[in-house]
Amino acid sequence: MEFKQQVAIKVTVNGADIRAAVAPEESLLDFLRKQCGVTDVKCGCGMGECGTCTLVLAGKVVKSCLVLAAQADGREVWTLQGLERDPLAARLQDSFARHGAVQCGFCTPGMLIAARGFLQRSPQPTRAEIREALSGNLCRCTGYQKIVDAVWAVAYGDAAEQERA
Amino acid sequence: MKTSIVGKGLPKFDAWPKVKGTVVYADDFAMPGMLYAKVLRSRYPAAAILAVDTARAKASPGVKAVLTAADVPNNNLRAKFGQSTDVGAQFEGLYRVLAEKKVRYVGEPIALVAADSEQAAEAALDLIEVTYEQLPGVFDPVEALKPGAYCVGENDTNAVSRFKIRKGDVDAAFKAADVVIENTYRMPFSDHAYLEPESGVAWIDEHGVVTIRVSTQVIEHFRTVAEVLGVPHNRVRVIGTWVGGGFGGKEDITVESFLALLTWYTGRPVKLTYTREESLLAHSKRHPFTIRNKIGAMRDGRLVAAEVELIADAGAYTYLSPWVLLYSTVNAAGPYNIPNVKVDAVAALTNNPFSSAFRGFGAIQPNFAYESQIDELGRQLGIDPVTIRELNCLQKGDSLATGYAYDRELVLGELAGRAWEALGPPREAGDSPVKIGRGLAIGMMSYGRLTFLHDTSRSYVKLELDGSVLLRCGVPDLGAGQAQALCQIVAEELGVPMDKIKMYIADSALTPLAGTSTATRQLYMSGNATLKAARELKDRLIKKAAALLNSSPADLRLADETIADATAPDKVLPLKTVVGHCSSDGDELYSEAQFNAPFTTVPVSELITGQTFADFTFGAYAVEVAVDTETGEVTLEKAIACFDVGKTINKLNAEGQLEGGGAISVGYALMENLMVSQGNLQTRSFTEYLIPTAMDLPDIGTIMVETESGIGPYGAKGVGEPSSNAMAPAITNAIRDAVGARITSLPATAEQVFTTMKFRK
Repeated sequence: MEFKQQVAIKVTVNGADIRAAVAPEESLLDFLRKQCGVTDVKCGCGMGECGTCTLVLAGKVVKSCLVLAAQADGREVWTLQGLERDPLAARLQDSFARHGAVQCGFCTPGMLIAARGFLQRSPQPTRAEIREALSGNLCRCTGYQKIVDAVWAVAYGDAAEQERA
Repeated sequence: MKTSIVGKGLPKFDAWPKVKGTVVYADDFAMPGMLYAKVLRSRYPAAAILAVDTARAKASPGVKAVLTAADVPNNNLRAKFGQSTDVGAQFEGLYRVLAEKKVRYVGEPIALVAADSEQAAEAALDLIEVTYEQLPGVFDPVEALKPGAYCVGENDTNAVSRFKIRKGDVDAAFKAADVVIENTYRMPFSDHAYLEPESGVAWIDEHGVVTIRVSTQVIEHFRTVAEVLGVPHNRVRVIGTWVGGGFGGKEDITVESFLALLTWYTGRPVKLTYTREESLLAHSKRHPFTIRNKIGAMRDGRLVAAEVELIADAGAYTYLSPWVLLYSTVNAAGPYNIPNVKVDAVAALTNNPFSSAFRGFGAIQPNFAYESQIDELGRQLGIDPVTIRELNCLQKGDSLATGYAYDRELVLGELAGRAWEALGPPREAGDSPVKIGRGLAIGMMSYGRLTFLHDTSRSYVKLELDGSVLLRCGVPDLGAGQAQALCQIVAEELGVPMDKIKMYIADSALTPLAGTSTATRQLYMSGNATLKAARELKDRLIKKAAALLNSSPADLRLADETIADATAPDKVLPLKTVVGHCSSDGDELYSEAQFNAPFTTVPVSELITGQTFADFTFGAYAVEVAVDTETGEVTLEKAIACFDVGKTINKLNAEGQLEGGGAISVGYALMENLMVSQGNLQTRSFTEYLIPTAMDLPDIGTIMVETESGIGPYGAKGVGEPSSNAMAPAITNAIRDAVGARITSLPATAEQVFTTMKFRK
């Protein structure tokens, strides 16, 4: 059987149209990191287990190591760096920093994308729901608590967060 | 001591680029013309290498270099593993860059490839032909220590090191004891599972300096790399990146020597990043231990004797095993005042993955054993968990098992009591198969390195002409806020806002060497060095201001970018003005200060006595668990950490250490098991090696007691590693409380708990 050597794709990455030729087996993650210079998506495992490569593809939160670059053809990709003017992303970023939700920071971009997608769907979550929503994104440093605090504070405001504490 | 910036939970300065996703981690970096490296690793745990044929790989398209042991100028070093002090042969080991003649573990590096692309490098690995002859190997440390056992290395013994403690007469004390409890405890290999796999980029700069930009806890490895290449130390420079998690796993050399060799041979920049599977295969593990712990006590609960035997699996190479073993020896009997103590510890080579540093470093394993034992003792005597510990725990002035009298503030009983109390009223499970139980455990662990290592750190503080501050310190930042703490100390001393401080870290050529980000030493060591440098500048500023204001230096205060006379409200000068005057007088406002830890002499025999560590951090965890008696599944429902942190430098970061240290040990207690069968790693991904997710953990309540009795800046103690202590036994003690099953082997998976319940006598 003959395999195509290259697939021509057109992807919108963080608002910029990119035309490229990719190998059929190339992941969206590799394409972004190696061909597009988009490095806020990280590779912690390459197998969909850790969530450090989480991004938004065609409006859905996905792990980009599990998506082929070719599958992104004709679609929009947003990573954390592209969401500079997104108000919800900005509030989450500020909240993560202020709540000490960032230690080594390697899981942070993916965690923020996951948290943003979750709050868009569920703006008034319980702490248990936040934990469940983030359970596809591993963090080895924080024990997740301050991450949950940070997401909670965005949903309910800092005063509510202090009230809970 | 009253402080204004120190102690505050300010967001750390590196949090902002981290939340923006703009921090350039090791693999995010690239150089023009960069090659990609791959490592060929051993398929077998024990085999002779008869031949390595690289001809086909070298001829493969895009391949620029294929290196084997024969290409390494110095492939075998008697290594001190990052120590700068010469402490003798019993603490050294072999650092071998690439396998030669014999492989010792699955995953041992044999050859290196650099090629134009990752694919080309990967393809070339398949073309390297290694002719092996499989050897029997040995996979259990007890077997490895028997006479006639297969020898893992080139020596005629597998024993890496032995240590012992002798205090009083344990035999007589056991005879006199009313209660004797003896159990054997087992702990598995565990993996650091940092989310950033090992990575770096190396190049040769225009002056011929091999420069390695790498994710590491130890930039001082530049010296070892220079020795591997056979060049002077000053021809290798290590630039440490912001580390994507370390926990001890990036304490030993990872990719540095490979990168240096490949860039040296090709003259081109080279990148090497491990895959997750490769990371699990290639880097160190936490030592599995088998610990036989026997304690004797009187009917009133007082401990009279402890006898502890520890056997550690060092895996295939020495690395930090002697140090870990020494820690485990000193910690074997725990933070208890026991008149008669006997400890025997041994570490042995096997053909398993090599063991080395992991948060808790030899303190965490004996802690599981002694805290299970004391819990059993309390149960047998009908004494509650807090009281049995209060009765026996170290008090100020008591001697450790080594005979060293601990003369600093010590409030262990209070820590245990407060943690226990904070659990609040217990949850009623009602009439259901789910049983609720509570457990308590305390712990001690040193911060700072062994005192005979003559540890030092340096830091450089400079006041700019506009009153802004430049801080340079060779500290690698692993995410714990190592850099932020130093900035807060400078801000406190110089009265400068945080946003006017810029800090440079972790460059072996350009920042003063601060030593390793290991052993919970950076806040203590570099914190003290930075405090000293800042205070030196402060003294000079005050002296100058006193002259300008005609004030007494004792009355002057530095705050909010001004120097003011506390006794005369009109006598105030902007900091900038004073800096300007100093500059005009040729008094350049910079200071590089060194802090020296207390020094002791090197142990001359296996018998460990006296002071081994400068200080310890003490703490307690109290937890509540729910155990499903039908499945054995354990859910951690409540957890409280109560630690004497000495003095909080950054509240958020200190809490973060307690929460994260607790969380990592919830994994140790309940799920993490790096399975190795006959030397073969069975858990090669996060699907098999499970670490806690957000759903596996409850909130951990943190209580930070500030005795200001530490020897860090402002009386601070280190909490990074100590915080991972005591959580695991608290959980297994709670399981015991819930269902009567004493877990003696970690992890307490559902299967383990169910089986223990079922076969309980």
